[in-house]
Amino acid sequence: MPTKPARTINLYALTWRLPIIFWQFIFFVGPVLFMVAMSFFLVKNYRMTEAFEFVNWSKMLSRGYFWDSYWYTVFIASVATVCAMCIAFPAAFALAFRASESTRRWAIFLLIIPFFTSYLVRTFSWFVILSESGVINGLLGTIGLGPYTMLNTNFGTLVGYMTLTLPLVVILQTVTMANIDKTLIEAARNLGCKPLATIWQVIIPLSKTGLIIAAIFCFILSFGDFVAPFYLGGSQEPTLPILILDTTKSGQQWPRAAVVAIMMMGTLFAIAFAGIALAYRKRKGAK
Amino acid sequence: MTNSTVKNFLSKPSRRQLLKAGGAAVLTTPFVSRAWAATTEINMLAWYGHGEPDMVAEYEAANNVKFVPKYYAGGDNMLALIAQSPPGTYDLILSDGEFVQQLNLAGYIDEMNPADYPLDDMLHEDFKQFPGHWADGKMYSMMLRGGHLGVSYNKNAVTAEEAESYACFWKPELAGKVGHFDWHLPTLGMMSLYNGNGAGLWDLDDAKWDAVQETTMSLRKQVGGFFDYGGTFNGLKNGEMQAMVGIGDWITGVLEKDGAPVGSVIPKEGGIQFTESYSIGKDSEKAAEVKKFIQYMMSPAGQVKSAQMAAYPGFCVTKGGRAALIEADLAEATRSHQIDGDPQDPITLINEGRIHYRDIPQQQSLEDWNDFWSEYKNA
Repeated sequence: MPTKPARTINLYALTWRLPIIFWQFIFFVGPVLFMVAMSFFLVKNYRMTEAFEFVNWSKMLSRGYFWDSYWYTVFIASVATVCAMCIAFPAAFALAFRASESTRRWAIFLLIIPFFTSYLVRTFSWFVILSESGVINGLLGTIGLGPYTMLNTNFGTLVGYMTLTLPLVVILQTVTMANIDKTLIEAARNLGCKPLATIWQVIIPLSKTGLIIAAIFCFILSFGDFVAPFYLGGSQEPTLPILILDTTKSGQQWPRAAVVAIMMMGTLFAIAFAGIALAYRKRKGAK
Repeated sequence: MTNSTVKNFLSKPSRRQLLKAGGAAVLTTPFVSRAWAATTEINMLAWYGHGEPDMVAEYEAANNVKFVPKYYAGGDNMLALIAQSPPGTYDLILSDGEFVQQLNLAGYIDEMNPADYPLDDMLHEDFKQFPGHWADGKMYSMMLRGGHLGVSYNKNAVTAEEAESYACFWKPELAGKVGHFDWHLPTLGMMSLYNGNGAGLWDLDDAKWDAVQETTMSLRKQVGGFFDYGGTFNGLKNGEMQAMVGIGDWITGVLEKDGAPVGSVIPKEGGIQFTESYSIGKDSEKAAEVKKFIQYMMSPAGQVKSAQMAAYPGFCVTKGGRAALIEADLAEATRSHQIDGDPQDPITLINEGRIHYRDIPQQQSLEDWNDFWSEYKNA
């Protein structure tokens, strides 16, 4: 019976891994642990005092408005994800399969450029475009339509989410599809597969991992975004990030805000793990 | 140096003269920097605008002090900032009137000497011993300015007659066009006034509190958004919002001066006064400098500055201040009704019993009000 070789610690590899491990501990694990601890603290005279009480959890989770915000945030982030994936797909498809190598490079460069500017500034620029006296309503007015209310609505929030996520989703989808083995697509076509069926049965399954990761990124960014629902959505139905702000503003209830934040993180972890499991799940019979 | 030597030096300096002048310059540098170092830094905790150049630059230059402002938004935020800072961090604290009592109870502010301030010159008797500013016969805060909250509206969408009642917020044409300043206290106070609670607007028993919640909820269908200062400003400016609940001239005044067709009035049900007052931080090492600055702000010149503050206007609280404003800026005095005989004169409104000082709920906790506010936003 063969014996397993004894596992030895590779010090060289460990040395190179240590910085990232430290980084994660200092800037992620540490703050998260502190946040969890903080959710059990109490606020007395606007000052946090160390305690181990469940009052913040029971208070927040028993409030109807918390669950309203929770489900609304899940809903609007899901809609944003579906929209971003649908809008990005044709563009990414064209860049991956129709555009030349240099065009694709330029397109990706141009898609990165929005990240050079502040997201808040980009969001505020939508005021000029979406307001009732703005550019879109001005153009619609010339053909006798409108004005339509776009700011302070769900539509406004979605526009903000697209501003944040769409370039990233297009880039991820493009890179994924551009790496598909083209001979598989040609084989499908040679075997009589129609264009739409090729997309559905060949391209999407082959780019499944990248597409799911793009969707996860879109959901995570939208779910945690404060700027779009606050400034373009008018805080009409508060999302969880707005609820965090409201909670800290009134009475400095950081521990209760920590409860909301932990619920958000839990949700994002669950969705991210489920998505990654789905992305890397092997098809039946596949090796 | 004689005149001729100076002329010679300026026209064609010799090497010796140049070295002398250079040496003198180098040797005096430490004194120059010592003079700069002598500038006293005063840590100010205030609403935005109070530490901006339009308010303090002139005073800084004349008195060799430098204000280091830390801005907050809301009394809760202010108390939290103080609570989380070491004692003595803030030398000068500008607080909303209703929070002075809590500052004092927590021991964050020092006693002030009434004789140092122009209490005899106050425009209204109430201002001399403003609620919460005194405890056990000792003074802890000096009222600096005030402003009234009522119906704020776009003059193209709401008539002056309609604006005479909070009922205008329910006008069918304003559906989706009514905005909220995102703070429960002023809005719920206004709803309480609309329900006829008058002077007892903050002192609500269960039945009255339920009624206020019901009235507020009935407004929800009209609401187009909940905004911070910038959003409120933008909403009114670009016409997205035609009426605003929870604000007053402190926002519409800035837009009005800019030519926007907006205004604020105190409706027949009454309005709410916000009050801003200065206190000296407990154990401040610069208490003398702070006192001097407060005295300046209470002088006619300081009161004019306060009334003209770029961030948001407020009315003068001293007779001398009002007289100086009328003389220095009649247009602003007229626009803000700070003229004797004007029916919307802030002092006349107080005398008529139409203004109620902003306070915190008496029978509920702030948390109860905030919980309802979150429910309302989600409705």
